[in-house]
Amino acid sequence: MNMSTMTIKSFDQLQARIKQIRQTQEQFDGRILICMTGCRALGAAEVAKAFREKLAEASLEKKFAVVETGCIGLCAFAPLVLIEPYEYLYGRVKPENIAEIIDVTVNRGEYLESLGITQDGRTIPKIGDIPFYKYQKRLVLENCGRIDPREITDALATGTYTSAAKAVCQLQPEEIIDEVIAAGLRGRGGAGFGTGIKWKFCRKEPSDEKYLICNADEGDPGAFMDRALLEGDSHRVIEGMIIAARAIGASRGFIYVRAEYPIAVEHINIALTQARQFGLLGANILNSGFDFDIEVRTGAGAFVCGEETALIASLEGKRGTPRTRPPFPAQSGYKQKPTNINNVETFANVPLIIKNGAKWYSSIGTEKSKGTKIFALAGKVNNTGLVEVPMGTTIRRIIFDIGGGIGKSRKFKAAQMGGPSGGCIPAGYLDNEIDYDSVQQIGAIMGSGGLIVMDENTCMVDVAKYFLEFVQSESCGKCTPCRVGTKKMLGILEKISCGDADLEDLDVLGRLGEHIKKASLCGLGQTAPNPVLSTLRHFRDEYEQHIKDKTCKAGVCRALLSYEITEVCTGCGACKKVCLVSAVEGQPKALHVIDQNECIKCGMCFATCKFHAIKR
Amino acid sequence: MANPQTSGTDLSAARQICESIANSGPEDLIPILQKIQDCYGYLPEPVLMEVSKLTGIPASRIYGVATFYEQFYLEPRGRHTIKCCRGTACHVKGGSQIINAIKNELEIDQGQTTDDMKFTFETVACLGTCFLAPVVMVDNDYYGSVSADKIKSILGQYE
Repeated sequence: MNMSTMTIKSFDQLQARIKQIRQTQEQFDGRILICMTGCRALGAAEVAKAFREKLAEASLEKKFAVVETGCIGLCAFAPLVLIEPYEYLYGRVKPENIAEIIDVTVNRGEYLESLGITQDGRTIPKIGDIPFYKYQKRLVLENCGRIDPREITDALATGTYTSAAKAVCQLQPEEIIDEVIAAGLRGRGGAGFGTGIKWKFCRKEPSDEKYLICNADEGDPGAFMDRALLEGDSHRVIEGMIIAARAIGASRGFIYVRAEYPIAVEHINIALTQARQFGLLGANILNSGFDFDIEVRTGAGAFVCGEETALIASLEGKRGTPRTRPPFPAQSGYKQKPTNINNVETFANVPLIIKNGAKWYSSIGTEKSKGTKIFALAGKVNNTGLVEVPMGTTIRRIIFDIGGGIGKSRKFKAAQMGGPSGGCIPAGYLDNEIDYDSVQQIGAIMGSGGLIVMDENTCMVDVAKYFLEFVQSESCGKCTPCRVGTKKMLGILEKISCGDADLEDLDVLGRLGEHIKKASLCGLGQTAPNPVLSTLRHFRDEYEQHIKDKTCKAGVCRALLSYEITEVCTGCGACKKVCLVSAVEGQPKALHVIDQNECIKCGMCFATCKFHAIKR
Repeated sequence: MANPQTSGTDLSAARQICESIANSGPEDLIPILQKIQDCYGYLPEPVLMEVSKLTGIPASRIYGVATFYEQFYLEPRGRHTIKCCRGTACHVKGGSQIINAIKNELEIDQGQTTDDMKFTFETVACLGTCFLAPVVMVDNDYYGSVSADKIKSILGQYE
């Protein structure tokens, strides 16, 4: 696609350019879409190379375009290949499969069942019929996996930047803000504050300069929706930022992104350069007189920088510690100027509102939570991946219909939502409709949207301890409740997991947690006790088992476990081989023994034994 | 932090980096340190003193920032960096066993470097690739669905 990169100078010119790009694309009979982000880890680059070679050999390269896309979504089947116009989705594709795909699908338009996606025991040809996609509503992710994020023409062909152009050329800032308020969009970063209201505060502040920041410091363990959006469709995020900048009157923007996301950083930089070449960023955007440009800053590894005042401190070149509010960033933020911060997914929602109107947008979702939410589905679930559903969808639908249920026919125990700030939702709430407010009532938070599925082999005390270890090590140390309080809580949890605690400790844990929530300076500390409090609330019996019976039924807490080899042992020696500390002794074909003094209780022998001879 | 220490370190790259960031002010400190680390592999003390001199940012503040963020290193690093994810998905799928297996194999703790300067071992909060859980990253290579018994062969691939 050799489009000229001439600057676009008006709304009409943009429309004309889009028409021209679409005509070029229509010359192809079809497209072969290959996820080149997450799937790259499992060999997608080799698959793309093979497609290009084989298409050229068959002289089909002018008929079928090979497009390297962002995340297609069903990561469990990586590497994924989607073939348009047939809409056939193939999974776990290897370079040696390409010749057959070209022969069967590209040449004859037929479906190749051996590479198809199987869910619930059925192989389903078309992407839209696969339950994983069927029950989703992909609005924000509509282009993710359908465009090459490194080609602005691909994004333009889908209509990206027309909402930004409308905002810049045709709408007044107040009209944009009113529309976003009427749409009911709430911040997707965690707390769910009204986006339009936030913009209004910043708009009202008189200042010669204002700043706009996109918070892409996705630090919650288990969340990867921002990564997928930035890698797969950075133009949409940039478009949302242009609209927001116009609304609040900012001329400079930042995308603050985690350095752990190298592909995202690369794709944003490419997108920004292209947007500037096309006259969609920079001075006098589309000849409207409005100036706005964006800079990328990579984080240096501090979870607390997801908090807005800490993020601003980091941008200013300081230690990323939060400060008290007020003044809010809308009044005094970056360099003491009014600053508006939104999360990646929030910005990615904005173009939809400008394009389709507040009425359309607010028809999706629940009464107080509008639109869709993207969840990163992971843990002990069959279809791990990115899932976008309307607010108000039940957890059952997400985990069982879309996610395909729990692996190895084990029982569902809990879903962890909201990362270290969130909580565990037990089976009793599977049918609750999920929105900002209902999740909070259960004791979790929507957070950034990580959804980790846990089965009966997950110990809830261990999960609580895990999150507390995380916030403890990420606490910036500025305020005492967070710095010292989380340490104290962690100490109690360690006692419980070793079987050294008594029941009174549970009350101390609960009280301490409430104090930390009330007294901490920023969101990190204010939510740090949540994983403990929610597991105490829903799984208190499990805590009590650790304390009273000194057992960990899930078989996780090491101090409460011991491994013994029973008579069933055939003396095959497999356990002796895998033991990390050589604690297993025994002659071939004779009963083996574990030296309890040497054993580090890693469970390797237990997992390895084919004869179920090891008792835990 | 006396001057004679600077004699062994080439400071010209640091000067170039500071000059390349136009009108560098205190807010550019983190990008400057990131570039310096890309170039030197870590943040050598004489280089930080030079940055302080060139930018006018007090050395105490530079040290404060360098020690606050996890990605800045004040010690030399191994030729390869192992990053083991301790995210939620990896944790529930047995990530801690992987961490122990790496510790046992290399006989170092997290945050440390092997004596032969081959590997530096770190754990990270989440690599954002939960579908590969448990996941280990060596330099820029991802290894997904890792089990403890695979660690030896994975690490054996690196020189």
